[in-house]
Amino acid sequence: MMPILPVILWTDALVFALLGCVAAFVWLTVSREHLRAPWRKVARSTSGMVAATVLACFVAVGLLDCLHYRKALLPEPGKAEQRWSPEVLSALDALAAPLRQRQERTFSAPFAVHGHSKESITRPDGTMAREYPRLKHGGAHLQDPARERGADIAAGASRGAAAAALAWVMLASLLTGVVAAARGSSFAAVSGAAWRGELDVPLRAVLLTAAVILLVAGPLIVLSGRYHVFGTDKVGQDVLYLTLKSIRTGLVIGTVTTLVMLPFALALGLMAGYFKGWVDDIIQYLYTTLSSIPGVLLIAAAVLMMQVYMDARPETFDSVTRRADFRLLFLCVILGVTSWTGLCRLLRGETLKLRELEFVQAARAFGLGPWRILARHVLPNVLHIVIISTVLGFSSLVLAEAVLSYVGVGVDPAMNSFGTMINAARLELAREPVVWWSLGAAFGCMLLLVLAANLFADAVRDALDPRVRADFLRASPWRQLAARTRPATKASS
Amino acid sequence: MLGYLARRLLYAIPILVGVNLLTFALFFVVNTPDDMARMQLGMKRVTPEAIERWKRERGYDRPVLWNGAAHGAAKATDTIFFDHSVKLFAFEFGKAESDGRDIREEICRRMGPSLAIALPVFLVGLAAYVSFALLMALFRATTLDFAGVVLCVVAMSISGMFYIIGGQYLVSKLWNLAPISGFAEGLAAWRFMLLPVAVALVAGFGESSRWYRTIFLEEMGRDYVRTARARGLSEARVMFRHVLRNALIPILTGVVVVIPSLFLGSLVMESFFGIPGLGSYTIDAINAQDFAVVRSMVFLGSVLYIVGLVLTDLSYTLVDPRIRFE
Repeated sequence: MMPILPVILWTDALVFALLGCVAAFVWLTVSREHLRAPWRKVARSTSGMVAATVLACFVAVGLLDCLHYRKALLPEPGKAEQRWSPEVLSALDALAAPLRQRQERTFSAPFAVHGHSKESITRPDGTMAREYPRLKHGGAHLQDPARERGADIAAGASRGAAAAALAWVMLASLLTGVVAAARGSSFAAVSGAAWRGELDVPLRAVLLTAAVILLVAGPLIVLSGRYHVFGTDKVGQDVLYLTLKSIRTGLVIGTVTTLVMLPFALALGLMAGYFKGWVDDIIQYLYTTLSSIPGVLLIAAAVLMMQVYMDARPETFDSVTRRADFRLLFLCVILGVTSWTGLCRLLRGETLKLRELEFVQAARAFGLGPWRILARHVLPNVLHIVIISTVLGFSSLVLAEAVLSYVGVGVDPAMNSFGTMINAARLELAREPVVWWSLGAAFGCMLLLVLAANLFADAVRDALDPRVRADFLRASPWRQLAARTRPATKASS
Repeated sequence: MLGYLARRLLYAIPILVGVNLLTFALFFVVNTPDDMARMQLGMKRVTPEAIERWKRERGYDRPVLWNGAAHGAAKATDTIFFDHSVKLFAFEFGKAESDGRDIREEICRRMGPSLAIALPVFLVGLAAYVSFALLMALFRATTLDFAGVVLCVVAMSISGMFYIIGGQYLVSKLWNLAPISGFAEGLAAWRFMLLPVAVALVAGFGESSRWYRTIFLEEMGRDYVRTARARGLSEARVMFRHVLRNALIPILTGVVVVIPSLFLGSLVMESFFGIPGLGSYTIDAINAQDFAVVRSMVFLGSVLYIVGLVLTDLSYTLVDPRIRFE
């Protein structure tokens, strides 16, 4: 076992801070019944829980990719000090090492054993020929690919599916056991009720989702050891690996941005609403000014300036990873600057309403200071707005990243992201025959992530939004369906 | 009414000043002109003379805020701040850093193509999305409504880039129905406009329809609708005479704010379809790291947005008789 040197990049630190916040919030919620009630409602929403299952898989991949380290180099003879490789890797890189290392020369289709375009090859007998070259790694174990490939893929897929089935049984019994323990009923009763769909939590839907995910992931994992299951890109990198690496970037942009802007939006929004007068005037002026600059243009201007700043200080940004990480962090900050105004306006409006309510007036009559009132009495009552706008904002941030990377002001070109993937792949559609797999992988993965985020956000909003739903929806037999998909309201979107 | 309008316009001035100061700080305080020159000329082996020349050609060799060497009023006017920031208020954008062309002329020339795409998208889109949302609201809480909402959610979960790439691939490459990109002068441009407009309409469908549906549903929950039903009005009459007219208030005032910004065009659309509008102008400037053009576009964008805000206030007072000018 080689020693490793853990590396915490700036965005990693923020992700861990975010995890800490979430953990603190969960701890707070679990012990208070009135805070737990809306989340119980989320747990009962089928679409919300299915989406949460999918999101959990993405988060797991993203978190694995946040654990960075540097490998030890073999010590030079005669020198005692330990030296570290300059390359920063992540736990995901370690797990997917075969994917990362088995690089081809250029494009190859999914499951291909031959390259995508003809090359001049010298045959063993010395003659030259134009033909499709065998890939260095993809299906390299096959003697006669034309005959063996189909059977080999089927065998690998069934082995993966068998492993997936085993994993599913374990997961299903674990989840059922947890639910059974939580309600004090027997395992058999809960599993029977879950199977008939009689449980109030959508356990059946979650387990079915998990089954689908596992049945796709299992064969993919087994086969990715021998083939390039999603093909390779222009420089021969495995597209599956690029897709997995892009997930972290999307998640970081979607979550860290909120973490960065939250303190400003909360502090300024609450102060403007509570103190009114000149404080309100200044804060309103501040956010009107910021929001009047078109978002893309402000981001473009800021990122251009940041590039100049980084180029003028080459000694601080010495490695590619550090540069890319700083740029990602900066992108989060500037996206936060352009997006905090909306939340700030909402919080100001809500605080204006809350400050006139009896409980706040009572607190004031008891002689509590303004800061204490804000922290103890106002803040807890606007938290639902913060949560709703956070989950609603996530998907639009993930989508924004792709556009910004295309415009040239997104993440560093050296960093894997959906935007850079689309950007690199879009020109290849003009190629003959068409190279579709990079674009397809980015499309599928992004759609899954954003769709799951949107559905989860809807479930959370429905549960946390205290406004009473219109009467006619309650009277309808389709209430369940319609209520679950109630779209964004103007105030919360 | 006029007094109200004047007050709204006066209120816009400090915001524009703020935007101006902010962009100035962003472009000249965070980095020195020397840094920018080095970036433009290439990082390695740049001679100090080359940097000086670059700065002199673009007027960046003067003091930032106060020129002590000049005389009289020139002390304040012969500075970077006056030339590159204050003059923006008169829409004097100066010359582009990369090719030296006059930015204002370029903007005037490129507004037309941007508008040619953005205006049809805006008008047709508004009509189409509102109709679709009304349809969903009519069939509320049925399978049809549910399917519509699912369609909207899936549509809005797809990145806009995929609509463009997919549209270009299917319509232009496979079916050969429209040119893949480009633009023409005058009326001949319609062939080039078809695909961008269609793609933009499809790309915007999910989010807008869903938002309008919510507005309709919120409006349908109000008391006056129950009263109208209680009076025995038909469902169609309730929808079109009462709900639609009232729901148009938030819809109209929500979209008025973007009308002036239509001039700016869309960055991604225009660069994908090769339309010589302001969007592709901005993208080219970003890629060439032309700070003067980006600065001008930031200012222009804010001006248009603020005009949109004033128009929104106006439209409120026009369509909603409940609002009085205070």
